This record gives sequence, structure tokens and C-alpha cells, in this order.
Amino acid sequence: MGKTINIQPLSRIEGHASIEIKLGEDGNVEDAITHFNSIRGFEKYVEGKPAEEVTRIVTRICGICPWHHHMSSVKAVDACFGAEVAPAGHLLRECMQNMAHINDKILHFYFLAAPDFVMGPDADYSVRNVMGIANAAPDLAKQVIRMRQKAQMMMEKFAGKVIHPIAGVPGGFSKPMNESQRQEMIADTKELLEFAKFSMKYAKEEIFPKYLDLVTTLGTITTGFIGTVDEEGSLNFYDGKIRLMKADGTAEDFDDTDYLDYIAEHTVDVSYGKYPYAKSWNEGFSMDLDAPKGIYRSNCLARINCCDQIPTPLAQKELEEFRKSFGRPVQHTLLYHWARLIELVYSCEKTLELLNNPAITDPVTRYDVTPKAGRGVGHVEAPRGTLIHDYTTDDNGCITSANLIVGTTHNLAPISMSVKQAANMLIQNGQVDETIINKVEMAVRAYDP
Amino acid sequence: MAVDVASEWLNSCSGCEIAILNLGETLLDLLPQINFVHIPVLMDHKHLGQLGDQEHIDIPKATVGLLSGGIRNEEHLEVALEMRKKCDILIALGTCATHGGIPALINSYTNEELFDRYYSTESTDPGAKVPTKGISPLLDRCYALDEKIDVDIYLPGCPPHPDHIAAAILALLNGETPELPFKSTCDTCPTKRMGKGDVKGIKRAVECPEFDPEKPIDEMRCLLEQGYLCMGPVTRAGCAGANGDAPRCISARVPCRGCYGPVQQDGNQLLDMLNALVSNGIDISDLPDRANLLRFSGAHNRLVAKKGK
Ligand code: SF4
Ligand code: SF4
Ligand code: SF4
Ligand SMILES: [Fe+2]
Repeated sequence: MGKTINIQPLSRIEGHASIEIKLGEDGNVEDAITHFNSIRGFEKYVEGKPAEEVTRIVTRICGICPWHHHMSSVKAVDACFGAEVAPAGHLLRECMQNMAHINDKILHFYFLAAPDFVMGPDADYSVRNVMGIANAAPDLAKQVIRMRQKAQMMMEKFAGKVIHPIAGVPGGFSKPMNESQRQEMIADTKELLEFAKFSMKYAKEEIFPKYLDLVTTLGTITTGFIGTVDEEGSLNFYDGKIRLMKADGTAEDFDDTDYLDYIAEHTVDVSYGKYPYAKSWNEGFSMDLDAPKGIYRSNCLARINCCDQIPTPLAQKELEEFRKSFGRPVQHTLLYHWARLIELVYSCEKTLELLNNPAITDPVTRYDVTPKAGRGVGHVEAPRGTLIHDYTTDDNGCITSANLIVGTTHNLAPISMSVKQAANMLIQNGQVDETIINKVEMAVRAYDP
Repeated sequence: MAVDVASEWLNSCSGCEIAILNLGETLLDLLPQINFVHIPVLMDHKHLGQLGDQEHIDIPKATVGLLSGGIRNEEHLEVALEMRKKCDILIALGTCATHGGIPALINSYTNEELFDRYYSTESTDPGAKVPTKGISPLLDRCYALDEKIDVDIYLPGCPPHPDHIAAAILALLNGETPELPFKSTCDTCPTKRMGKGDVKGIKRAVECPEFDPEKPIDEMRCLLEQGYLCMGPVTRAGCAGANGDAPRCISARVPCRGCYGPVQQDGNQLLDMLNALVSNGIDISDLPDRANLLRFSGAHNRLVAKKGK
């Protein structure tokens, strides 16, 4: 038996995971296992709760993407209660949800991932972080912190609570937006769009060219993809059909209410998390690097691959350039970062579009709803992927059963595969150092789990 | 001299850490005075050595420790004990750490009940087994930190308001002990209180309270007086921040659900709320799922699994 390397905890990611790399006598990788070590049981403890309260509970699944859980949940409860939603309520929800994508992407790209590129994958861990960037590039750091703060605070100011929101309600949104709030948010979002354009340019000039070797090799695997598109096949975060694409680029679209026909969850002995896979491909589940079965990926690169076009001009231009360079679908894992920035541009443009619709200030944002028995599936595109909440309620409108498929989990199998690919590629003859270990983690970070 | 700070998250959602980041430029101003020695969300310091070749969890010594999340599995416990050992002053950050938080809702169920549901949902492959390899075994329930280790400072909130995080850090930097007042959320709420009125029962949050959107919060009538369940009376103040804003949910025109935990550290939000309602002559027989009132404070044996199942 050779030695075992335990990378614990994985850092600069959102959740709780670790990697166990087993080396053989010859010092080569025998196995590399990613453990997802979190189980909280929301599916269990929302049982019996009034459905309208559950929209304020499931937010705690994730403090980074609570808006998306909030929205999926509110949509599911709308459906359980057969509720009509005030048009301005939909607009406000969609606007907030797109805004939430803005700060998420700034957070991930600059705070979590950028240290590997700005400071370098081989920089010492004590400076390979956002504090290190603050010292090495104080102006950039200041700008990043200011922009992320702006994106968070414009939401908090309007919607009351940005982490663990409460403003989405069955039937709409809890409060209207007035004209001065709208103008203020337009001004803020314009500034964020400028920053998004800067980020795109900065990454294309200063970051990606420098690491092209790594970008086109590290963690690369071949899989299908999942993402939401509207009737025209355009990218949409808030609503639409779910598109499941195979590695060869062929795809099928389905309604979220039919998700059980397309997606199933596989369990493994090494993780609490369940690994979704494409049930409709009828090939089972396998994480074999050379012949994966049922494996597809979610999050930005997946959405960018799935959509036929992006319905806002600047992001569409970026998409065209991206496709010209890398094709469709793109499999290189580190290109998640590039796709994330395209989505940063999109989410700013889309937010502006929604704010520019005067109907968003309609004072009627919420219709009263009546709790009753029903089943409802709600889904949105969370930053980390297609997020599905499926509830059944009793006559009193309380939950009798809940099933959740959380964005990140679509990527649990792909992450495990990318880790293995990276470990195989980087560790040979027992040679391991901190840079190699960090590069293995970079394969995980690209997914932003 | 910068103060060494270590930060860890246990059975948590990362919202508390995002709340730290939401200090924004204040954080930038504080950074020269803070030296993070361990903070997995931002920094690659590892538990088992940078090469992953050590046996036991090792966190560097620090003056201040920030610990979010409750304790749900053996690894959480090990990390909590190590943080306690290495940090001079340990802060329980967020309601999960101080009272269990939302994840402690699981305390109404046994681990078997959790596994039975989670590994047999409609989308889960049939025959799924509870995993066993390389993951941390669950404890019997979800604990608040002070059920397992000594806590020096309680900073509740789901998440805590950045103003309070900043105030706590600043106080500690100045060698003082930060204090959050033991007031209720109502004490910081500007809504109009006009007396009991004719509220008889409790309405569910499925209809729109009365308010004029063009008018500020202080012209809206108290939501409890409007007949909605609002947990403000039995919830610790704090979410309004330090600048005289309204409590967060109230400012969004929805009732408080108690995310700052009880007013006194050992208070009971369920009993206190039912008492408040009953003493005001309000009929509570229609209240669905009372355990819901402990949704943020189900640790400390407040929520327990039903026996004999
Ligand atoms: S207290 Fe709230 S924000 Fe903090 S970890 Fe717990 S659920 Fe998340
Ligand atoms: S009960 Fe709610 S609305 Fe009324 S004063 Fe207290 S916090 Fe404000
Ligand atoms: S109003 Fe209540 S539930 Fe809302 S943030 Fe404040 S303490 Fe938490
Ligand atoms: Fe998330």
C-alpha cells in the first residue's frame, strides 16, 4: 500500500467536501475520491409545515444562493395552491433573482477563484486568497469589494433582507418598487454592467491567455449538460423549459413538472450527497472517465452550452466569440470561469431590461392566496445549476412531501470525475507538492460548488 | 499589531460568512488590523497539513475564533473542540451556532427517519443505502455550540447583521467585550401600535397586510395587531442594524419569524409566543405546526424526536 493524501477541507468553495487520493506502491494515483460531507434533511423537516412558511425555511440550504431557493420554493407553492401571481410580482421576483446572480458571480470569480490566477496556482497559501489580492492589487480589490457590496446592498435596501430573503410570497412579491427606487437601481446596475464589461475584458486579456495550457487540460471530462431556456431556446434564469443536452450536442427540452422522467439520483457509499444523472438516456450511471454513463453538468458552462443564444446584446456577442474559439458544447472545465463572466454580463443586462419595464412599479405586487391541497414543482437556474423544488400539500396547505434537487448536486459526479482526471494527470511517481494539491482543487473550484 | 483570527463553519449554510463579507469597505478598513490564520471559505489553510498527510485536525492559535453552524457530526465536534483549544475568545456566530438554527429542525426526527426519507425520495434510485465511507458519522441530533464547548460571545442572527459583526470585532480589537442588548425585535420596530383591537385568531401569511407603499414603515400598523403571527415580541433585537432601520422582515412588509433566537439566551420562543398570544386573548387553536415557532432555536433539547416510533 502506498500513502493516502487527505485534502481537507476543500477551501474557497461554498460547502463541505474533502478529497482522498490513494497512491499505489509506484507513487501513481490508484484512486481519487471526493467526499461530500453534508446532510441536513430539509426534505424531512419541511414536512407538516405550512407551505408558505417553507419558502422562508429552505433559504437556509445555502447562504450564497438563498434567493434561488426562495424563488423555486415560492413558485412551487404557487403551483400547490393554484395561485395566480400578480404580474409585477413576477417581474420583481425575476429582477431580484437576476440581481442575485450578479453578486454571486462577482463573489465566485474574484473572491474564490481569482487568487489562483492573480496570485498564481503556486503562490503560498497564506497569500493565495482575496487578502493577498488586497495587498498585491489594492485598486482592483477595492473595486471588487465595492461592486460586490453595491450588488448586495441594492437588494437588501429594497427587499429588506438579502441573505435569506423573505420578500417572495405565494401570489407575488411582498412590496412594490417605487419610481425613485427603480431609478436608483438602474443607476447601480449600470455601474455593475460597466464592471462586468471590465471583468470580461480583464479576464480575456490578463488571465485566460496566461493559463491557456491549464485551462484546456485541467479537470477536462466529457459529459452532457443541463440548463433552462425560453421558447426561443434563449438563456433564461427565472423560467422556461429544462434542456438536457448530450455530449454530442443533441438535446431534449422538458417541463419542470416532468423532471422525474428525465433525472434520477444515484447514491454512492462515499458521500452523503446524491448524484443526479440522466435517467432518460437509459444508460445507467457510471463515473468511468473513459466511458461515463448518464453524466451531465450544470452551472454556467452548462447553461452557455445549452442555450441557442443569449437574448441580450453584449452577452450574445461574448457568446459568439466564445463559441468561435471553443465550439459547442465546450467540455473544458476551467472554461466555467469564462462562461461565468459571460453570465455576469448577461445578468446585468437582463436586470436592466427588467428595471426598464415600467410595469415593474405597479403597486399591486401580490394577490391573496388560499392554502389547499396540490402538488407543485418550481424551478429556476441557481448559479450552480437547475434548482428544482417539488412539494405536495394537504387540504390545509401544509407540506406532506418535499423533494429537492439542488443546483450543485448535478455536478457532484462531474466534480468527482474532474478531481480524478486532475489527480491522474498531475501526480506521478509519488511527486506531490502544495501546487499540485492546489491545482487539483482548482478543478473543483471551476464548478463553484 | 494585527489580531490573529480563525474562522470555521460547521453545520452551516455559509450565510454567516457572507454576512462578514457584507461588511464591504468596513472590512477593507479592518483588514490591516486582522490577520486571518484559518478561514476555509477564503483561504487554503488545511486541517490535516498542507500536504494532507497528518492524522489530526490542526488549526493555528488565534486570539479570536469565529464559529458558525451547529454541531451535527463527529467532524464538526472535532473542529469545534480544536477551535476552542486554539482560540482565546470564541464567538458563536449566527443562530445555528447559538441555538441550532434552521438545521436543528431535524431534532424533531431521528437519524433513521432522516435517512429513510432522504434516501428514498421520488427521484432517488431504489435500494439506496446510507453511505459509510470517508464521511463523518452523524451525532444523534444537532447541537448548539454551548452544548459541547464553552462559548465566550454570542452573536445570533440568521445571519447576524454586519453592523453587529463589525461592532463585535472592533470591540475585541480595542480589548473590550462586545455586548448585544437583550431587547426584543419589537423594541426596534417603528410600526404603529394602537392597542389590541379586535384580533381574535391568527391569520396565515398568505394575504397582504394593510399598508400604503408610498408611506414609511412607521405608518404601517404592527403586523401582530393586524392579526398576523409576528415573532418580534419573543425575538432578540439586532436585525435592524445600528442605524435605526426597521427590522428586516418588517421593512419588507412581512412578519418576523424569529431568526435572532430568543430575547434571553435561554428563552423559549415557542412558550413565550404562545403566552403572549393567549394573554392577549388570541385563539391559538388554528395555529398550524407549533414546532414551527422553534424553527430557529430547536437545539438545547427544545425540539425532540417523538419516542416509540
Ligand atoms: S445562522 Fe443562518 S446564515 Fe448563519 S449558518 Fe446558520 S442558517 Fe446560515
Ligand atoms: S409584533 Fe412585529 S410588527 Fe409588531 S412591533 Fe413587533 S416586530 Fe413590529
Ligand atoms: S425580523 Fe425577525 S426573522 Fe426577520 S430578520 Fe429580523 S429577527 Fe430575523
Ligand atoms: Fe448555493
